[in-house]
Amino acid sequence: MDNQIFALINIAVMTGLMWFIPLQFIPFFIWLERKGSAIIQDRIGPNRAEIFGVRLFGMVHNFADVIKLLMKENITPSHANGFYYLLAPFWSMTVSLLPLLVVPLAAPIELAGHTIRFQAANFSVGVLYVLSITSMGVFGVILAGWASNNKFSLLGGLRSSAQMISYELSMGLAVVGLLMVYQGVQIDGIVETQGRLLTLAGHPLPLPNWGIFLQPVGFFIFLVASFAETNRNPFDLAEGESELVAGYHIEYSSVKFALFFMAEYSNMVVAAFLISTLFLGGYQVPFASTQDLLQKPQLALLLLCGGGILGGGFLGSIFYLSAKDQRSLHTGMKRWEPYLFAGLGFGVAGLALILMVISFNFSFPVWAPGVLTALLQMICLLLKVLFFCWLFVWVRWTMPRFRYDQLMNLGWKLMLPLALLNLLVTGVVLLIQN
Amino acid sequence: MKVVERPEMKTTERLYIGEVLKGLFVTMGHVLKNLRNPQGMPVVFFPEQQKDLPPATRGRHRLMKREDESPRCTACMLCATACPAECIHIKSPDPNIEKLPEKFEIDMLRCVFCGFCVDACPLDAIRMDIPEIAIAGYTRESLVYKKEFLMDHDNKDIVADYNPPRPVIWTHGPHAKP
Repeated sequence: MDNQIFALINIAVMTGLMWFIPLQFIPFFIWLERKGSAIIQDRIGPNRAEIFGVRLFGMVHNFADVIKLLMKENITPSHANGFYYLLAPFWSMTVSLLPLLVVPLAAPIELAGHTIRFQAANFSVGVLYVLSITSMGVFGVILAGWASNNKFSLLGGLRSSAQMISYELSMGLAVVGLLMVYQGVQIDGIVETQGRLLTLAGHPLPLPNWGIFLQPVGFFIFLVASFAETNRNPFDLAEGESELVAGYHIEYSSVKFALFFMAEYSNMVVAAFLISTLFLGGYQVPFASTQDLLQKPQLALLLLCGGGILGGGFLGSIFYLSAKDQRSLHTGMKRWEPYLFAGLGFGVAGLALILMVISFNFSFPVWAPGVLTALLQMICLLLKVLFFCWLFVWVRWTMPRFRYDQLMNLGWKLMLPLALLNLLVTGVVLLIQN
Repeated sequence: MKVVERPEMKTTERLYIGEVLKGLFVTMGHVLKNLRNPQGMPVVFFPEQQKDLPPATRGRHRLMKREDESPRCTACMLCATACPAECIHIKSPDPNIEKLPEKFEIDMLRCVFCGFCVDACPLDAIRMDIPEIAIAGYTRESLVYKKEFLMDHDNKDIVADYNPPRPVIWTHGPHAKP
């Protein structure tokens, strides 16, 4: 096959994948939110919906939600501004799915004479593309608030847009610090640089060259600003239930509400991807650079197996413990399902252990290093993203909401000067180093 | 005038970040505890399991009966007047005969369970002591309780330690009892 055609197909597949990944994360995220909030508050959480006795620990509730939202009456209020009213949810959803295009899932690998890239689009503007696209998300909120022609949604939209705009500043400045350190805006370059070891005055330190170590203040600002950008607790003033009924999407029902809801979660998925890519080394496995992994497929396989053992064992034991809860028995819930999942988890762990033991006698085929490396790096990125997804849930069910003046004070009087100071210090240090 | 001083926050508390971390550790502690021991979660599997209600619970209404099974109610309208939700609808027949309610309906969709009707009744004809607190139905009509339904009981006093199993009453739909 011609190399150019192959590259085109590669880009098309990756674009589809990067569109698909956040969409697949949404139901998982909603489940994580429900179950996580329940467990934080000493509750069991969703466990009633079932399909032929299969409950998937409450994951089936998502199907019920989808059916409910699709079957609901699609109301357009007569006082709403028709076109913009319809545009807002579609705008929100579209914009929330776009930024992932530039995030690499793994380092490019060579396979049968072709280079496979795991990045949909490698724009020369890189991070700036992400910033510009995420800042367009605010239009969806403003449009929804204004076009609904309802005072509560207008207030919600105004508050939300003011908040998003003021936190975008410090977010952008935090990223600028990062760009100064890595000397470039292209995301694949940034991630590649993060695979090295941190060096201090020529001496390598036992730390990966991640943004979180080079720019701790920038990381903190970016994290807080991304909470504010995604309208997430403790900054979820856009939908302060106690003040604004529901925020900018009061007048939306059925699929249009579903789109807003999905956009909110997909924004969070994107934020998790961005934080892990920019500040936590992206797909880089700590202390094992891409070259190392490509040269030693043994190492990649061992790391994969170790991850399998840990993950399988952890999930299996959680499922096993949850199966031992006798109280759910008289509600008619079947015992076999948690035991099945526990068995699956332990089975994965056992297989990984066996593979680990026999892998010492493997002679790896030519394609193995590339595939193993890509797989390992994707799983590594996934774990980082999952951690940040959990952080979003964890923080939401821990913090109370900020008051509006507190939010603005924090944004303009603390975060912005801090970000500027961070820039200044970074610049001075870089000047001294050169 | 007493001035209540706001507690002064320490500098470490003002920084907010330390307190946030403390809070995160608290919630993570709950997560780990509950993942390790799911049986320790103080959860009631409603509606299969139900908690005991305290003796003074204000539950579902009933109309008390005389010895000849006629209602004690004389259609004096005091309960309907006292009702802030206007959920009691009483119709009395011709006032020249002995007064008895011809129609006595309680619209449970409007009722706010305040108990004013019980306090207002001079004849102790209406009580709210049937220990059912989860009242559900599939249609609006099924939740407007008629006189016959309100009088469908054994007319005994419900004593303080009365704690029978209390199933949810589904008046319509797949869970409805025949």
